[in-house]
Amino acid sequence: MPRILRLALAAFVILGLPVLAPAKEREVSIGLQAAITSMDPHYHNLTPNNSMMLHVFEPLIQRDANQKLVPGLATSWKAVDDLTWEFKLRKNVRFHDGSPFTAQDVVFTLKRVPNVPNSPSSFATFTKPIIDVKVIDPHTIVFKTATPHVLLPSDLASVLIISKVSGEKVATEDFNSGKAAIGTGPYKFAEYVPNQRVVLKANYGYWGGEEPWDKVTFKILTNPAARVAALLSGDVQLIETVPTADIAKLGKDPKYILSDKVSNRVIYVHVNQSTDKSPPFVTDKAGKPLEKNPFRDTRVRKALSIGINRDAIVNRVMEGKAVAASQLLPDFFYGTSKKLKPAKYDPEGAKKLLAEAGYPGGFSLTIHGPNNRYINDDKVAQAIAQFYSRIGIDAKVETMPSAVYFTRATKLEFGYMVLGWGTESGEQGSALRSLLATFDRDKGMGVTNRGRYSNPEFDKVLASALVTMDDKKREALIQQAAEIAMNDTGLIPIHYEVSTWATARSHRYAARTDQYTLATGLKPAN
Amino acid sequence: MLAFAIRRFGQSLFVLVLMSFIVFVGVYAIGNPMELLVNPQADEAERIRATAALGLDKPFLEQYWVFLKGAASGDLGKSFVFNVPALSLILDKLPATIELAFVAMVMAILLGIPLGLVAGLNPDSFIGRGIMAGSILGFSLPTFWVGLVLIMVFSVQLGWLPSNGRGETVSIAGLSVSFLTADGLSHLAMPALNLALFKLSLLIRLTRAGTREAVLQDYVKFARAKGLTQSRVIGVHVLKNILIPIVTVIGLELGSVIAFAIVTESIFAWPGTGKLLIDSINQLDRPVIVAYLLVIVALFIVINFAVDVLYSMLDPRVRLGGASASR
Repeated sequence: MPRILRLALAAFVILGLPVLAPAKEREVSIGLQAAITSMDPHYHNLTPNNSMMLHVFEPLIQRDANQKLVPGLATSWKAVDDLTWEFKLRKNVRFHDGSPFTAQDVVFTLKRVPNVPNSPSSFATFTKPIIDVKVIDPHTIVFKTATPHVLLPSDLASVLIISKVSGEKVATEDFNSGKAAIGTGPYKFAEYVPNQRVVLKANYGYWGGEEPWDKVTFKILTNPAARVAALLSGDVQLIETVPTADIAKLGKDPKYILSDKVSNRVIYVHVNQSTDKSPPFVTDKAGKPLEKNPFRDTRVRKALSIGINRDAIVNRVMEGKAVAASQLLPDFFYGTSKKLKPAKYDPEGAKKLLAEAGYPGGFSLTIHGPNNRYINDDKVAQAIAQFYSRIGIDAKVETMPSAVYFTRATKLEFGYMVLGWGTESGEQGSALRSLLATFDRDKGMGVTNRGRYSNPEFDKVLASALVTMDDKKREALIQQAAEIAMNDTGLIPIHYEVSTWATARSHRYAARTDQYTLATGLKPAN
Repeated sequence: MLAFAIRRFGQSLFVLVLMSFIVFVGVYAIGNPMELLVNPQADEAERIRATAALGLDKPFLEQYWVFLKGAASGDLGKSFVFNVPALSLILDKLPATIELAFVAMVMAILLGIPLGLVAGLNPDSFIGRGIMAGSILGFSLPTFWVGLVLIMVFSVQLGWLPSNGRGETVSIAGLSVSFLTADGLSHLAMPALNLALFKLSLLIRLTRAGTREAVLQDYVKFARAKGLTQSRVIGVHVLKNILIPIVTVIGLELGSVIAFAIVTESIFAWPGTGKLLIDSINQLDRPVIVAYLLVIVALFIVINFAVDVLYSMLDPRVRLGGASASR
């Protein structure tokens, strides 16, 4: 080792040289909680990826901070008839390589989406309903669907447009290396190191105006304590998913600003109604199986719902960073019913309902849940168990890592399951369809209905909602379906998670319902 | 020697295959990666397509057979999540881990042996007792807690050191290293110290015990009687004799420090293989988990082989021949 280095090392060890480089102007670092698995916008449909890609690429339709659809690369869209949609595309938009954006790029993108090799979760779900695409002129495009597909605009908000010129014959590797990562977005690709960082540079010619940052570095800090430490030490200026335990401390510290917003994720409970007799882990108090499945009785489900003190969970377990839930989305989202209110805590009423249903002494069940997937998920399960002891139900709790939990839950190995659901479409119809419609794998109904709740009346209303093109009429139908399922306690909603970001005082972040962390939402504080 | 090497190679291969099978059974039993990979809103057709694309639709033994066939030609499979060969993903991250481990080991040696010597020479003094008390702390404090305290003190309170990541790197013979730049060093200091702490305590205790034994030996008394200076007695006669067991332990511990850098890497977001492993387990990225464990087993095999060979060179009484009767 050269002498000068040895000296430097010694000086460093002894003096603890202040080596923190002063942050340059218009540069910003952001701490993310999960790895970006690819820079290919059509490779892996995963929230952290989708959020990152929005900087470099753009969809035809964007979602605002409340997940409302707003113009993106398309300036307007309308349903010409039940099976035809016309989109007007934005003019004078250029890709990062200088080529102009036209309808041909949209056609090319739609062709590529279902054909990405090895994709672990493809975006083809969003493009599949489109059976034909017609280019009217470079800035007008028409989509045909086989059946009325009301969610087409929402689906297309998840499909990012790549350039035909630079996108021919490119593989996922070419996006990761940056060669093909050419979009129309406000930032350009600069560097991608798997599991470590993504660096972006400003796109000065962006049609939507200039961004306040020349360079943005996203660091992958999966450990929550490491994320907070990075903010405290000034290594990053924004972090996502602040651990609830640190929220109070950061909130009081004038050097930091918290921004939060109720998210599109509901934490809920599915009870297993698939069997005639006792579902797994449900017995009488002596440990013997029950004659019939108690969860098939609406009164039992209702008792289990009003037996949970949601306010206590929100205030104690979640430290205020949650909102008691009445349905599958907070009530400012499309398709939610204002008539539905969170179930009121009523242990006496719950006992009465249980007695009416033939369980005056209660029964035993095991609450299963993940312990590393949702905010405080294991503590929520513990809290529910405590409330149940007050209505005469013996509840044990067993939580496990999500890698194990979801596999078993899908196989219906549990009786009582704590789960979560984020509605990416931002409208309640799709959530009702996934979680509460009668399970029918082939038709794509109730695919995540792990409780196997089934209600023909609900199914009928929902089915008609899903083919009603008129926005107002459809919303009324979705609201009606939600009221049927919730009044029947098809599942037990607990709370909506509130997502929390923290920034250094010098910065402001505009919180979002979709839990995306976007550099475009980060501004210098005045 | 050659016969020993060949026999050892055969054994190692067997261990690797056995290990791969055990790990394969293990990750297979954990759960279905599809549950975590496929977006929950996706329909059944998409689920089936993705399962087939990743080869997860085949029966267990067939999946294992495909893996073995690939492994024979050096292909340990592609990461489900990142879509790049699992082995290259690990080899990309390995230099960072090895650098961290080596620097930690060097720190442990440079601090542990002198401190152990001091404690061994002055067992009843305040300093000697202080060092021993410190080494007990080093043994018993949990690594993640020490890591967080380091961050709180040096990054948050004092603002001297960055709290996470790897700094600027310099490429030497194709390997990127960070200990040659000031920025790299500042990133390296805390995680390396954190990782070194346990080994440091171990070396203090070993050195102290050896020293206490050695100073009572006749050759030390004789050296003193000859009128040699204190520094020469300790530096040459004592230290040389107690180094043999210490070198052996250092060799053995090097493997474990690489393999167990996981906690430190996670806290300091050090982009090494440990952090990769944790993230891969959380996402059930089977090929990466299997490949990682095989790489680590291979590393242990190589290190142990090197230690055996070195030992036979240092101590002529140790023979590496095939005859088991000589053991």
